[in-house]
Amino acid sequence: MIVLQIDWPFLIEKASLISAVIGVSLLIAMYETYAERKIAAVMQDRRGPNRAGPFGILQPLADGLKLFFKEEIIPNASNKFLFIAGPGLAMLTAMMTSAVIPWGGTVELFGREVSLQIADINIGILYIFGVVSMGVYGIMIGGWASNNKFSLLAAIRGASQMISYELAMGLSLIALLMVTGSLKMSVIVGQQIDQWWNIVYQPLGFLIFIVCAFAECNRTPFDLPEAENELNFGYHQEYSSMKLGFYLFAEYINMFISSAVMATLFFGGYDIPFVTDANLSPGWAAILQPAVLLAKIAFFIFLFMWVRWTIPRFRYDQLMNLGWKTLIPLALFNMLATAVLILLKQEYNWNF
Amino acid sequence: MIALTNKSKPVDRKPMTFIEKLYLWNIFKGMMITLTHIFKKKATISYPEQKREFAPVFRGLQVLNRDEEGRERCTACGLCAVACPAEAITMEAAERQKGEEHLYREEKYAAKYEINMLRCIFCGLCEEACPKDAIYLSETFAPSNYNRKGFIYGKDDLLIPDPNTDPEGYAKARGEKVDKLKGQ
Repeated sequence: MIVLQIDWPFLIEKASLISAVIGVSLLIAMYETYAERKIAAVMQDRRGPNRAGPFGILQPLADGLKLFFKEEIIPNASNKFLFIAGPGLAMLTAMMTSAVIPWGGTVELFGREVSLQIADINIGILYIFGVVSMGVYGIMIGGWASNNKFSLLAAIRGASQMISYELAMGLSLIALLMVTGSLKMSVIVGQQIDQWWNIVYQPLGFLIFIVCAFAECNRTPFDLPEAENELNFGYHQEYSSMKLGFYLFAEYINMFISSAVMATLFFGGYDIPFVTDANLSPGWAAILQPAVLLAKIAFFIFLFMWVRWTIPRFRYDQLMNLGWKTLIPLALFNMLATAVLILLKQEYNWNF
Repeated sequence: MIALTNKSKPVDRKPMTFIEKLYLWNIFKGMMITLTHIFKKKATISYPEQKREFAPVFRGLQVLNRDEEGRERCTACGLCAVACPAEAITMEAAERQKGEEHLYREEKYAAKYEINMLRCIFCGLCEEACPKDAIYLSETFAPSNYNRKGFIYGKDDLLIPDPNTDPEGYAKARGEKVDKLKGQ
């Protein structure tokens, strides 16, 4: 019965890694809400939350507790099963993407080589795409099951927006894949550690990707699904208590994960800049590499918030124009240009 | 329409230039503006720890004054009630009896003196009308209350503490406003 033998250390290793990643994502999502309010405040010359604990750092805990204690209302006319499934789906899809992101190199623990990546599957980017596309279900089902006109409108908006921007996002990543030649996340990071970061090869691709990431996360300027002033909060209008909390949390986790994807694909992942990672002692590398990745992620999260508190929302027709008439042709052009350059390099040994 | 001032600017309806159509450059400019705001001084005053300085002419809660010997100055003449545009002040007069000379300055005094703080507009006309310097507006404002009854302030709410028995309370209720105004 060797076939059915269970590799217990392997299971324990992966389980602990998964719980660590989920715990860190939740913690970061919590403090993202705090950071959001704080950054909004300082950009508007205010103080922000500063009452709960020193500098208000216990504010997210207080907010979470408040959400737990709120009355849970399920509208009579709603579809109860889907109404409850909506926020769960949003949370699930937000969490699932983190499985393929390499959080660091390998660590020696108890005589085992532990890779700081939950699943190093060979179609990593494709997996991310699949899961991100599922993200639309949370919004769609939540908005539809609420049986509310505004929620439904917001859900339709959200669905069309996410589908439109996924195209340009995919096209921008195809150009990246031509450069790296692999869908495997660990290989992409490994190449960036040895050579330049991908942002050098794919600046236009990164630009398209970040714009699409903003749209996929429903962040300003693309926050049409939750447009407060037109749709009364959009798809989560009927939600209360922790179900609302799940939607809000899913948004912040999405932001964290898409920052992680951007850092991994374009900014070298856990690569420590200006340092040759191989020269570090394994212990230091295991600590520093995730820390550097988190620092890069923190920068992107700050960028998300910075943009949110700077620019207003797009109008719906502007949104569609930008997606279909600007970003997709641009991504196609980027793809073609990348292909031409790669061919020139391979066939005629051009050096650039 | 002929513009009377040059304050209104005509709306610029020129088509967007190429750089404006890219959005990115203008977004970047906007982001630089918000970035500089991070380092700006905050206008907020953290209220319970830090209090805003009142102007010397600030008009707050009314105080019924006493003289140096701790006697009530009010003679219930009713001039403040007549002057009050919001009709917030009512009073009942009484005659001073033998043996009460240490309580009331003159022969007549206010047995009951009420100000309805929900009506009061803190205009200070009562202070100006008073010939006896008996009422003035202090530097505090009326605290909040759960019911409307609590906003009808009687004599025990309004009367300043006795300067002889409670000099600290007297100084606190009197505030620095009187000295500030005298100094000017």
